[in-house]
Amino acid sequence: MTAMNATTEPLVKARNVHKAYESLEVLKGIDLDVMPGEVVVILGPSGSGKSTFLRCINHLEAIGRGSIMVGGEQIGYRLKGDRLVKLSANAIARQRSRIGMVFQQFNLYPHMTVLQNIIEAPVGVHGENRAAAIENAERLLARVGLSDKVHSYPRQLSGGQQQRVAIARALAIRPQLMLFDEPTSALDPELVGEVLNTMRDLAEQGLTMIVVTHEISFAREAADRVVFMDDGHIVEQGKPDDVLGNPQHPRTKAFLARFL
Amino acid sequence: MSTQHTTDVSPSGDASVRDVANAHTPFRYDRLILWLAVGAVVANFAWIVANNENFGWPVVRQYFFDPTVMQGLYVSLGLTVVAMVLGIALGLVLAVARMSTDRLASTLSAWFVWFFRGTPLLVQLIFWYNMSTLFPVLSISIPFGPTLASWETNSVITPMTAAIAGLALNEAAYMAEIIRGGLLSVDRGQGETAEAFGMTRARSLWRVIIPQAMRSIVPPTGNQLISMIKATSLVSVIAMADLLYSVQSIYNRTFEIIPMLMVAVIWYLLITSILNVGQGYIERYYSRGDRRTGNDGPAEKPAATALAEEASH
Repeated sequence: MTAMNATTEPLVKARNVHKAYESLEVLKGIDLDVMPGEVVVILGPSGSGKSTFLRCINHLEAIGRGSIMVGGEQIGYRLKGDRLVKLSANAIARQRSRIGMVFQQFNLYPHMTVLQNIIEAPVGVHGENRAAAIENAERLLARVGLSDKVHSYPRQLSGGQQQRVAIARALAIRPQLMLFDEPTSALDPELVGEVLNTMRDLAEQGLTMIVVTHEISFAREAADRVVFMDDGHIVEQGKPDDVLGNPQHPRTKAFLARFL
Repeated sequence: MSTQHTTDVSPSGDASVRDVANAHTPFRYDRLILWLAVGAVVANFAWIVANNENFGWPVVRQYFFDPTVMQGLYVSLGLTVVAMVLGIALGLVLAVARMSTDRLASTLSAWFVWFFRGTPLLVQLIFWYNMSTLFPVLSISIPFGPTLASWETNSVITPMTAAIAGLALNEAAYMAEIIRGGLLSVDRGQGETAEAFGMTRARSLWRVIIPQAMRSIVPPTGNQLISMIKATSLVSVIAMADLLYSVQSIYNRTFEIIPMLMVAVIWYLLITSILNVGQGYIERYYSRGDRRTGNDGPAEKPAATALAEEASH
C-alpha cells in the first residue's frame, strides 16, 4: 500500500491553512508536509485545533484560507486555467475515496453487520466485485484479530473491538492515506492497548498515517515525526525522541510535564 | 455470575435458601378480584350490546359482505394505498429538500408543508373537486410564454383524481415532517462517516441514514396509515364511492342507519387491527442490530458482556 507514490513528493501538502468558526479562529496558518509512508502524530492540548486540522485534510471541514493537496490534487478545489473553482459534492466524494478515516466514536453503521460495514464502501463506492470484497474483508478482520466477529452487529462488540473493525473498514478502501481522529479517547483504559497494537502494526507496514491522539507512548514508539500544536499553530515538530525527550518550546514542555 | 460462584462464598445451607433462583411469587388475591370485576363489567356490556335490538345485528350480518359494501371497501383500501405511497414518496422528497443546504429547495418545501398542513383536508378535497370553477382549462406552458399542451379540467379531475390528489398531497405534508424528524434523529457522525468514505449524499441517505431513521419513522407512519384509512371516508362528500359512501347509499334506501354504520365501523376496526400487527413486524425488522430488543436484559451494559467475551478468547 505504500508504493502508490514512490517519488519524494509529499503525499500531503498543507500550506497556510486557516479555519474559523464565525469569529473563533481555530487554525491560524498551518504548514505541514507528510511524505509517503510517514507516520505523523499530532499532539496538543484540547482546543488546539488538531482534530479540526485532520478533518480539513479530507474536507469534512472547509478551510477559510490556504490550500491542502493530497496526492497531487487540491482537496475541494480545481484549477480552471488560472482560476480556482470549488468542486462539486460528487467530485469531492471521489477525492475522499482513497483517504481512510477512523473516528473517536468509531461510527460503525449500527444496522449493518461487521462484514457489511467493511464491504459497504469497496462495493458501493469503488464498484469492487462483491465476492472479492468479502474475501478482502475477511483477510482484514484476521489482521485486526476479529475473524470470529464477521456476522456480529457493532453493538455486540466491546469498544476496542468496534474500533478495530473501524480500522479494518478504513483499510478496505485501500487507502493511500489514513487519518486517525483520537482513536482511543472513547475507550476504557484496558481496551486502549489492543487498538494501539493494531495501529502500530499498520505503521510498521509502511502505511501513511496522520494520528491525532493523547497517547504519548504511541507517539514515542510508532511515530516518524511528532507535531505539537497549540492555539491553532504548529509550535514544534521533529523526531519523537527530540520533541518528547527534549522539548524546546515552553508550551510543549508544559504539556508534556503533565504526562510525567 | 453463575450459582457455583455464590455457593463458594458461603458453604453453609442458607446460601441455597437465599438463592433468588428458588424464590416464590406470592399469589395476589387482590389482583384476581380486580381481574374478575373488570371481566364481569366487560362481559356484561358486551352482552347488553349483543342483545340490544336497536343495533340490528341480523341486518349487520346480512349486509356485511354485500357487493356494494365490498366495492366500497376496495375503493377505501385502494385509495389508502395509493395516497399513502404517493404521500410517503413525496414526503421523502420534501424532507430531504427541507434539510438540504439549497435555499430554493428548502424554502419551497417549507411552503408546501405550511399550506397543506395549515388547511383542513375536507376543504382541500372540495377545492380539488371543484377545480374546474377556478381553472376551466389546465395547460402546460412556459411561464408568461407559449402553451405546450392543455386539457379541459373536467376531463382530468374526476372524483377519483380529486380524492387521490387531495389525500396524497395532504399526507405528503405530514410525512415530510415525520421523515425529517427521523432523519434528524440519526447521529450526525453517521452521515459524516459515509461522507468521509466517499459516498455521495444520495447513497449515504439511502444506505446509512434512512435505514437508521426508519426506527423512528415507522411508528408515526403506522399512525398516519390508520388515520388515512379513516380519512378516506371524507371523500364521500365528493361522491367517491368509498366504504362510508356505500353504506350510506344502502341506508338511504333501507333507513337502517345504525346497522349499516356498524358494518362500516367493524370493517374499519378489522383493517386497522391487521395493520397494527404488520407494524409490529416492520418495527422488529428495523431494530435489528439493536441488542436491547434481543434476549439480553434491558439494563445490560454492552461493554460489560463484550468484555466477558473478550476475556474468554
